[in-house]
Amino acid sequence: MSLRRPAKDQPEKFEFNSSSLEAAKTIVANYPKGKQQSAVMALLYIAQKQNNNWIPLAAMKYIAKFLKMPYIKVYEVATFYSMYNLSPVGKYFIQVCTTTPCMIRGAGKLVEACKEKISENESELLSDKNCSWMEVECLGACVNAPMMQINDDYYEDLDKEKTLEILDKILKDETPKPGSYRGRVNNEPENNRKTLMDLKNA
Amino acid sequence: MLKDKDRIFQNLYNDLGSDVTSSKKRGDWVNTKELTDKGRDWIINEIKESQLRGRGGAGFPTGLKWSFAPKEVGSRPHYLVINGDESEPGTCKDRDILRFEPHKLIEGCLIAAYAVQAHVCYIYIRGEYFIDGQKLQAAIDEAYEKNLIGKNASGTGWDLDIYIHYGAGAYICGEETALLESIEGKKGQPRLKPPFPALIGLYGCPTIINNVETIAVVPTILRRGGKWFASLGKEKNTGTKIFCISGNVNNPCNVEEEMSIPLKELIEVHAGGVIGGWDNLQAVIPGGSSMPLIPKEKCETLNMDFDSLMVEKSGLGTAGIVVINKDQDIIKCMARIARFYKHESCGQCTPCREGSGWMWRMLERMAKGEASKDEVDMLGDVTKQIEGHTICAFGEGSSWPVQGLLRHFKDEIKKRNKFDPIVKENKNIPYLVDQHLLDKNA
Repeated sequence: MSLRRPAKDQPEKFEFNSSSLEAAKTIVANYPKGKQQSAVMALLYIAQKQNNNWIPLAAMKYIAKFLKMPYIKVYEVATFYSMYNLSPVGKYFIQVCTTTPCMIRGAGKLVEACKEKISENESELLSDKNCSWMEVECLGACVNAPMMQINDDYYEDLDKEKTLEILDKILKDETPKPGSYRGRVNNEPENNRKTLMDLKNA
Repeated sequence: MLKDKDRIFQNLYNDLGSDVTSSKKRGDWVNTKELTDKGRDWIINEIKESQLRGRGGAGFPTGLKWSFAPKEVGSRPHYLVINGDESEPGTCKDRDILRFEPHKLIEGCLIAAYAVQAHVCYIYIRGEYFIDGQKLQAAIDEAYEKNLIGKNASGTGWDLDIYIHYGAGAYICGEETALLESIEGKKGQPRLKPPFPALIGLYGCPTIINNVETIAVVPTILRRGGKWFASLGKEKNTGTKIFCISGNVNNPCNVEEEMSIPLKELIEVHAGGVIGGWDNLQAVIPGGSSMPLIPKEKCETLNMDFDSLMVEKSGLGTAGIVVINKDQDIIKCMARIARFYKHESCGQCTPCREGSGWMWRMLERMAKGEASKDEVDMLGDVTKQIEGHTICAFGEGSSWPVQGLLRHFKDEIKKRNKFDPIVKENKNIPYLVDQHLLDKNA
């Protein structure tokens, strides 16, 4: 299990804005009547998106009221799942996969790059930076290892140099192009394709 | 090698586009109504005949699973749930289906929902695959627009609604009952079985849960016949499978191949060989991180299917092959996997919650050579105390890789860890005994 704590400085109030409210209502309609609790995960995402990518306690209380469920149940969910950020993160939130398939292809170098460019410690938001980074467990792009995720996008087939380039762009507030950084197409074996050849040449 | 025309996922590398028009050119949605018109029993029998086994790891026969759904819909509606919470290290096949072959999945959902009489289908996708989920959502919207799903879907007379539910970074939600808990808006902690979800599942209603790949191959099986699927591979291990080959190979890739293909062919032909040559191979994890590793000697002749790997005391799992060459420290690799399991344990059962942390800390010390001689056996003992003592299979999943390491690389660990035990005299106290009773006798 991982230890997760809410941030010390919490805003007093939280409310969905009109677009969040609309999105929340659509989500709740996806589930059977009386089972609106199912929407809690999606609503936490909506709150996180609205609140600069992190969830304050006030938002959990608001969602609890919104879905007519006990606050503690929302708190349980928010602290159980690792993708809910309970304290502020950077505008660009970098997650470096360091699980074995990435590790043996050099994920350590990506972590080094993050330490050099962003901050010495993970999950640290420096006042002069717009990004923070952390190590995460398998992101499910193992054949494109080593890789990292920045906000929603996957950056694949990296090495230290390419990571430094990406981080430089981010620090200048530019969004780099997602995908493979060795120029390969999706998950095909580079220069070694033996299957579905007719389609490739078609 | 499998012939290209026998590959189910023609668009695995996205040469053709994933929208509905190009999917139809590949044969999706062509005669869905004809298939469902043949009736539920025909569908389930055909799947049984194809001997399709679940692609999510456990390898349970799909046709059999569907036949567990109640024959008549009672007061409780039936649900179909698709498990796309792909988080097993080494596995990235479902992601390609979600983004490149979404219509195979959606059509499979319709046929499966019809077979088990469900009107609502939830597709559970891990939160990190948000972009890929968006692509699937676009495909679902397309399908609604063309009336392929929705009211009277594809003219079959069956109503089906499909919703995506995003996870939020919990590996354990890949376990089917934890996944149901998660859809219900709770912590993803597995339920005790029985009752099995086929009778009491989502919201207490009969629920059939299948992996993305399992459902996506269903339409093709029905079109080409269960016999065709069963003719590939070998008895009880039939059909095709997407293999993900990652780690120290020259060309890591996803490739669809016939079941029971030799491991060496997969690595040498499709993945371009081990970095540093075949002789530089140290070990292979054959089916995602929870399957015990296999040393090089056995990789020479190994076939990749459920039963052959079982003989080697490993398993096919999700067919995520992680190749580890001799440049890597095998103990460190396993320590990292142990850290993964420590991080992902849901905390419900004590043996797993505490034991996964023990295994990780012991392995970290062993990797550095800081452990004492007796700890090697102690580690084996810890794995045995986790295995089989937990609600879900996570306990096995976390202890098997460590057992695999001990089975094949014990000498390596012993060579590195030569310390004498801190407590020298052997008290010979068995574990799992009330210590205070022993103290009284002393």
